[in-house]
Amino acid sequence: MSNKVVQAMYNDDDILMDAVKEVRAANYHIEEVYTPFPVHGLDKAMGLKGTRIAITAFMYGCVGLVFSVWMMNYMMIEQWPQDIGGKPSFAFIQNMPAFVPIMFEMTVFFAAHLMVITFYMRSRLWPFKEAENPDPRTTDDMFVMEVIVEGNEAELIAFLEKTGTVEIKVTEKH
Amino acid sequence: MSSHYEAPIRRPLIDGDKSYHDISVDVAAPVEGKANKLWWIAFSIALTAFLWGIGCIVYTIGTGIGVWGLNKTVGWAWDITNFVWWVGIGHAGTLISAVLLLFRQKWRMGINRSAEAMTIFSVIQAGLFPVIHMGRVWNAHFVLPLPNQFGTLWTNFNSPLLWDVFAISTYLSVSLVFWWTGLLPDFAMLRDRAIRPFQKKIYGLLSFGWTGRAKDWQRFEEVSLVLAGLATPLVLSVHTIVSFDFATSVIPGWHTTIFPPYFVAGAVFSGFAMVNTLLIIMRKVSNLEAYITEQHIELMNIVIMITGSIVGCAYITELFIAWYSGVEYEQYAFLNRATGPYWWAYLFMMSCNVFSPQFMWFKRLRTSITFSFIISIVVNIGMWFERFVIIVTSLHRDYLPSSWTMFSPTFVDIGIFIGTIGFFFVLFLLYARTFPVIAQAEVKSILKSSGEKYKKLRYGNHE
Repeated sequence: MSNKVVQAMYNDDDILMDAVKEVRAANYHIEEVYTPFPVHGLDKAMGLKGTRIAITAFMYGCVGLVFSVWMMNYMMIEQWPQDIGGKPSFAFIQNMPAFVPIMFEMTVFFAAHLMVITFYMRSRLWPFKEAENPDPRTTDDMFVMEVIVEGNEAELIAFLEKTGTVEIKVTEKH
Repeated sequence: MSSHYEAPIRRPLIDGDKSYHDISVDVAAPVEGKANKLWWIAFSIALTAFLWGIGCIVYTIGTGIGVWGLNKTVGWAWDITNFVWWVGIGHAGTLISAVLLLFRQKWRMGINRSAEAMTIFSVIQAGLFPVIHMGRVWNAHFVLPLPNQFGTLWTNFNSPLLWDVFAISTYLSVSLVFWWTGLLPDFAMLRDRAIRPFQKKIYGLLSFGWTGRAKDWQRFEEVSLVLAGLATPLVLSVHTIVSFDFATSVIPGWHTTIFPPYFVAGAVFSGFAMVNTLLIIMRKVSNLEAYITEQHIELMNIVIMITGSIVGCAYITELFIAWYSGVEYEQYAFLNRATGPYWWAYLFMMSCNVFSPQFMWFKRLRTSITFSFIISIVVNIGMWFERFVIIVTSLHRDYLPSSWTMFSPTFVDIGIFIGTIGFFFVLFLLYARTFPVIAQAEVKSILKSSGEKYKKLRYGNHE
C-alpha cells in the first residue's frame, strides 16, 4: 500500500508548476517530478533543499592546492634541490612564484573532476546504469509528477485531474 | 507567463513555430536519418588526409625529427605553430559555454554543444605536436612527475613547458567532463526516442541512465555553473601558459610581457572564426537554421571584430615597445619581422587578422552568411601565419649572423599538418551524425522566453 504512486502527466511546465503548488498546498506528498529540461523554481516549489555540491567543489579545490604545494615542495625543494636557471631552490617560498601556474591548474583539476564524480555518484549516473524515468516521453516534452497514495486513492486522482493533467497512471513503485 | 519575460526588443533565438517536441525531433533528425552523399564525400576526404598524416607521423617517429625542415637555427617551426594554432581554436568553445554562461547570454545555447566539441577535437590535435616533437615518443610519460628507477629524478616545475603539460591536460579533461555532463539529458532524449535496440543500448550507455529528476536538474544546474566558473579562469590560464613558452625565454621577439593577453585574444579570435566555419555549414546541412540563426552568426562576427581589433592593438604595441625599449636586438627582431625575408608572412598576418575583421563594422556584411564564411576562413589562415611569424622570424636570424638561415617545410611537415586537419574533420563529421548537436534540454528551457512563437503570442506581430 505504502509504495503505490499516482503518476500525473503534464504537457506544459507552467501547468506543472501550478499543479506542484496546489498538490503541496493540499498536503499530498510529492515523491518525484521528472522533467525534460530544468524548470526554474521547481525545486523551491517542491520544497527541495538547496544542493551543497558547490561547497564540495570548494573543498576539493583546497585539496588540489594543498596537494600541488606538497608535491612540488617534496620534489623540487626537499628531495633534490637544483639550481635551474638561477631560480632559488633553497626555500619553498623563494621558488614559489614559478609554482603558481601548476598550483592553479591542480586546484581546478581536483575541484572540477571530483565535483563531477560526486554529482554522478549522488545522482546515481554511470555507464550501464538503467534509466528509471517512468515514461520515455519525460525526456522529450512530458512532465511527470509522482504522488504517493496515502489514504483515499480515488480522492487523490480526482484532485489531480483538476490540476490540468493530460494522463494519469497508478503504479507500484519499488 | 511572467516568469518567461524577455524584453520585446530582443530578437527571438528560436525561429519558427516550435514546440518542445519539435525541438526533440529536429535535434534527433541528423542522428536518426541517413548520411547523404555530401557527408560521405567530406568524410572520405578527411579520412584520406588523416591517414596521410598518420603515415607522416609514423615516418617521423621511425626515422627521427630530421625528416622535418628544422635546422640548427630554426629549432621550432610548423610543429609549434600548429600546436598553438589548434589550442587557440579550442578556446572559443570554452568561451561560449563557460564565459557566456556566467554572463547569462542565452544565445550560447544554440551553439555551445558544437563549439565545445570543436574545443575537444582541436585540443586533441594540439596535443599531438609536442608529443611527436619529443622524437622518442615512447618516453612521453617522462613529462609527468612519476616515481621512477632513477630515484630522485623529477620533472622541472620551473619550466613553462611543464606548466603547459599540466595546463593542456587539465583543460582537455575538464572540457571533456563539462561537455559530457551537458550531453547526458540529450543522450537520454535520443535513448528514449530510439527504435532500434542497438541504438537504444548505445545511447543508454552514453546517457549514464539520466532520468531527469527534479533533484538531478538542481544539481545539474549547480554543477554547470561551478564548472563554468572554474573553466573561465582555466581557459585564460591555458593560453597564458602557452604564451609563457615564448615569453619567459630570452629570445628577442618572444621576451614580451604583452604576450598573455595578446595570445588569449588571438585564441578567442581564431576560435570564433572556426565556430563560424563549422556552424555555417552544419546549420544548413542538418536543417538547424531555426536554432543557429543569423543573429547567432552576427553576434559571433562581432566577437571576431572586437578580438581582431585587440590583436591589432597588440601588434602595434609590440612594434612601439620594441622601438621604445632602445634595445637594438629587440628593434632588429621586429624590423626584420616586418621587412625581412619573411615580410610576406607578416603581410598575410596583418591583412587577415587586423584588416579583414574590420568589415564587420558594416551590418550588411556581418549579417551576410557567405561573407561571414569567407572571413572565418581568412581569419584562420591569418592566425596560422601569426604563430608562424612569431616563431620562425624570431629564430631564423639569431645573434650570430653566420648561422642566419631560412626555414622551409618538408613534405612531412606539411603532411602532418594536413593530417591533423583531416583528423579534426573526421571527428567532427562523426560527431555531427551521432551526437545531439544542439543542447536541446537547455534550448527547451528558453523556448518560452526567447522563441519566436511565444514572443509573438506575448507582444503581437508588430515587428
